[in-house]
Order: sequence, then structure tokens, then C-alpha cells
Amino acid sequence: MNLLKLDKATIKFGGLIAVNEVSFEINKGDLFGLIGPNGAGKTTCFNLITGVYKPTSGQISFDGRDITGTPANKIANLGIARTFQNIRLFKSMSVLENVVTAGYLRHKTSMASAFFYLPSAIKENEQLKEEAMKLLEVVDLAHVADVRSCDLAYGMQRRLEIARAMATQPQLLLLDEPAAGMNPQEKEELNAMVKKIRDHHNMTVLLIEHDMRFVMSLCEKIFVLDHGEEICFGPPEKVRNDPKVIAAYLGEAV
Amino acid sequence: MLDLAPHLLAGLEISTLPQQLVTGLLIGTIYALVALGYTMVYGVLKLINFAHGEVFMLGAYAALLISWSLGYTPGNSLEHGSWMALILMLIGAMIVCALIGMIIERLAYRPMRNQARIASLITAIGVSLFLQYGGQIFLLNGTPQNIDPKVSPFYSSDPTVGNIQLTIKGPNKELLAKADQMSSLVDKAKTDYEAELKLEGGDEFNLQPKGKELRDLYRKEQRDLESAKNDANKGAILVNLPKGQVFMLGSVLIIMVGLTWLVMFTRQGRAMRAVSLDFDSASLMGINVNAVVTFTFALGSSLAGAGAMMAATFQSGTKIDTFFGVLPGVKAFVAAVLGGIGNIPGAVLGGILMGLAENLVVWAGYGGYKDAIAFVILIAILLFKPGGLLGSAKVEKV
Repeated sequence: MNLLKLDKATIKFGGLIAVNEVSFEINKGDLFGLIGPNGAGKTTCFNLITGVYKPTSGQISFDGRDITGTPANKIANLGIARTFQNIRLFKSMSVLENVVTAGYLRHKTSMASAFFYLPSAIKENEQLKEEAMKLLEVVDLAHVADVRSCDLAYGMQRRLEIARAMATQPQLLLLDEPAAGMNPQEKEELNAMVKKIRDHHNMTVLLIEHDMRFVMSLCEKIFVLDHGEEICFGPPEKVRNDPKVIAAYLGEAV
Repeated sequence: MLDLAPHLLAGLEISTLPQQLVTGLLIGTIYALVALGYTMVYGVLKLINFAHGEVFMLGAYAALLISWSLGYTPGNSLEHGSWMALILMLIGAMIVCALIGMIIERLAYRPMRNQARIASLITAIGVSLFLQYGGQIFLLNGTPQNIDPKVSPFYSSDPTVGNIQLTIKGPNKELLAKADQMSSLVDKAKTDYEAELKLEGGDEFNLQPKGKELRDLYRKEQRDLESAKNDANKGAILVNLPKGQVFMLGSVLIIMVGLTWLVMFTRQGRAMRAVSLDFDSASLMGINVNAVVTFTFALGSSLAGAGAMMAATFQSGTKIDTFFGVLPGVKAFVAAVLGGIGNIPGAVLGGILMGLAENLVVWAGYGGYKDAIAFVILIAILLFKPGGLLGSAKVEKV
């Protein structure tokens, strides 16, 4: 049973075809990598899946439901969460607040009871904070819970983005270049963390990454895009040796 | 310049300063309420809602119509009103304004949301002019009206009943005692004169010499009493707080505490802050951005409604017409910029400073420039601290 399915998804910006008839399926529990040279259309793919852009043609379905053209917040409701290539945290909020805010969907307290600080509201607030702290422990940020998020080191901000996305309790987690700007040791920790998230939190992961070693060691399936089109799909061994992939990254022999 | 200074400052009478500061604070709270609406909408949409002053104006009309429906029509002969009437007017104006704010956002701003920022800005000016001039057709033909001050339970034609008087420094007791003694002399001179007047036939203009003498004595005693009273009161510092305005201050404080609570600790507030920090990632976190924007407009507009109801009810002689919101709107906008636009505590601070600045200008004897000070402050703040007092200058990290 596939969780996410792109069927000939296409988007054009004026004359430019950013993503051209891309089709792939992601199954529950996959660690799925999306790679390609700069400008290949990877982030655009993410924007299509999360509802930031509406595809010009083609269909996207999630968990058996057609989500083509559904607004972003509703898609988030259905269970897709993402991080950003350029970090987009709620900067002036604390680390903990960032995660609690993302838990917004699961707040059940009515405004009136929150306003008058009824016991149910207090209880829920406490519960949300507790859940958020647990997530911060997963990404190893519990010790900086009260720091303003913009004061964190870069690698920590990336991990906080992951925790924030996880707080919406998604089925599918989209990570846009999670390892960018990290040193080798941090990358190794991140690798273990993503595996842990998949195994212990029942999340399917789709990630974009430029670091080949990172992708090859982490992902089980890899989809390669170039100029908005599929050039290769398969397990890491296949992708690594595919002449088209090598050509796309290194240029063809003259 | 130095020679001129004493002349310029001649009007500064220290004993009237506390009264002006208190008045400034009270007016300032109204500016603060209205400024909150500007700042919240700016925070979420980065839009300056120039129609906010007109929402304020419509709130005043709502309060007026509610007061009429309670029977306080022009020329009524009702006794003074009740707490119930005030609260009905307050809540009514808030609800009407919340609805109007939501309608304006839905019809005018949302279709412009994805256009260039300048398009929304011009739309806002258009909505503002539409309500100012279009309103004249629908709102009582634009004829200025005022809310009957009797609607307030605190109203009294006797200012000593309608006011709370605070004495910071009382009159000189010795001189006051002297003046009291003199008042019995005045009474005596009065009875003497009136008796003589009766004797001479009651015609004030044809008095005999004795009558004239007694009349002059009576007048002199009266004058002496006045000047003795003045001497006793010289240096006394008294502050009059109209009870209605104390109610107003209390309500504003409650509203502000409630607002802070709402924004900082509830899920709606958290969603608002998330949207104001990053529109797109908020929506990708599952926050319904449109709902948050609608809520923000409703909230900001209802605060303008509360401010309008209070301004129109508790400031005696206030006339409501369709331009009622123009000046308060501009001043509240300046207050929001002064505090740092987008910053909620900043709007409150800015509003209060605006009120104080205005009344200090009046105190200094330049009452005619009262409305100009807003613009002086706007120019100064844009030149020297464009981020506002509490706004942070943005430093890009590279």
C-alpha cells in the first residue's frame, strides 16, 4: 500500500517546466531519497506535495486520497510535515514554543476555556509541553528548550525544524537538505536520528540531500531528478553506478 | 533665544500639570486601544489598515444607535443611565466593529493578498475614503450627533458628584480660615444692602446715597472674599477624575490584560504569532492562515469599537460624524509607529505617550497645536528611530 503517489505531476512557471511528468510512489516506512543537481526541481516537488504550489497537471495522492490542489494547512492536517532548506523557524519564539505551536492542530481547548484558564486548558497546555519536551529529547535539544530559536547554532536549528515538523504527528516527514551546513560528526548523528524517527515514531521519510555519502548510507530508495525529469530510480547501488546520474552530476565525457 | 525662554515658558503653571498628565493618560489609553488594531494587522499581514479609523467611526455610530434604542434619543427626559446600558453599548460596539473588520478583510484585502503590497495599501485608503464619504449617505445623513452623557450611570450635572477629586496638595489652611470668616462679613453686608434696597423702593438704579454706600461695601466685601479664596488656593494641586473616565481606564486595563493573555497563552494567540513570524511555514504546520487573519481583524476591530464607544460617551461634547475616526485613526497609527509597529506592548506604550504629549502641549499653552504634535512625533521617530521605541532594528545574520 503506497502512502504517497505522484502521478505525472507537472508544474510550469511561465515557459519554464520546473517539474515534468514526475511519477513515484512511497510506501509506508520507506526512507526515500530525492536527489539531483542544483535547479533540478527537488524543492519544487516538495512544494507540490505540501500544497504550496498547485500542479499544472497530474495528480498527487496521499494515503489513498487525492490531494491535488488542497490548501497547505489541510495537507498538514492530513499528515504531511516538512522542514525547509533555508531554515524557517519562528525566530523570536523559544525552542519549546516552536514545537508547541506546531502541535496547534491537536489542541482541543475552546477559546473560551483557554481564555478563562479553565482546568482543562491548563491540563492540555501541560500535556502539550510534555509531548514537546519528548520530541526535543529525540533531537537532543531538551537542554536548550528555553533558548530563543534564532540564538541556536545552525546544526541545532536544523534539528529543531525536524522536531517542529514531528510535532504535527505526520505520517510522512519531508526533510529538505537536513544535513546542509553540518560537519561530518553532526551528519553521522543526524543519520542515526532519522533512522530512529522512522523506526520508533512510525514515520515515513522523504528527504532531499546533496551529500551523496549521507543519502547512500541512509536511504533505501533513491529518485534522481534532473531538469525536472526523472533520470533514475532504485536502490543506492543502482543509482551510484547509473551513467545518466554520473553524467548529470559530473557532466558527460566529451 | 535665551531672552525668549522665560516668555515661552510663562504659561507653565506647575499646579495644573498633574491634571493634564491624568487627562493625557486617559486619552492615551484610547489611542492605545486603536493602535493595537493597527499593530496586530500589521504584524500578521504586513498591511497598514488605513480603514481602521473608519472602523472606529462605525463603532461610535453603533454605540450611538444602541444608546438611542435604550431611549436616550436627542431631547429625552430620562434619568441617568445604568451600568447595564454602558456594558450593552460597549459589547455592542465591539461586536459590530468585529463584524465590519471581518467583512472589510474578506471583501477588500483578501483578493489583494497575493498582489504587490502597494495594491493592498491603496485598497486600504480606498476603503477608508469609501466609508468616510459613502457613510454620509447611510449614517443619519452625516449629521453630527452626540451620545447623551446621561446614559452613563456616573453622570451628574454637578461636577463635584460626577468627579473623583484627588488632592495632591491642599489649599493653605490659615488663609482658608480667614476667607471663611470673611464670608460671614459678606453675608452681613448683603442683608444690610438688601434691607436698605427694600426701604428705598427696590429700584437698584435709583439709590439714595446710603443705599449706594451699602451697595459698594457689599461689592467690595465680595471682591475681597474672592481674592482671599484665590490666595488660599494658590499652590493647591487638585486633580479631577470624571468617574466615567475612571470606568474607561478600568475597562481598557482589563481588555489589555485579556489581550496579552490571549496572544501569549492561547492556541489562537500562538497561531497568530506563528503567522506573523512566518506566513508560509505556519500554514505548513497546519495553521489555517485565513482563519487567523480573520480572527486578527475581528479582534483588532473590536478593540477600536471599544475605544470609540468610550471616546464618544465619556468625553463631553463629542460629536459623531463620518469623519469621527480620521484624527484618532491617524494619532493611533502614529502611536503604533512610535511604539514599534507590529509590537503589542509597543502600541500600548505609544498610545499613552501620544496622549501625554498632546496634553503637555496644551499645558504649555499651545492648545492650538494639540493635533499637530502627532505629526511632529511621527517625523521625529521616522528620522531617529524608525523601528519604534520597542521595535528591534533588524540585523541580518550573515
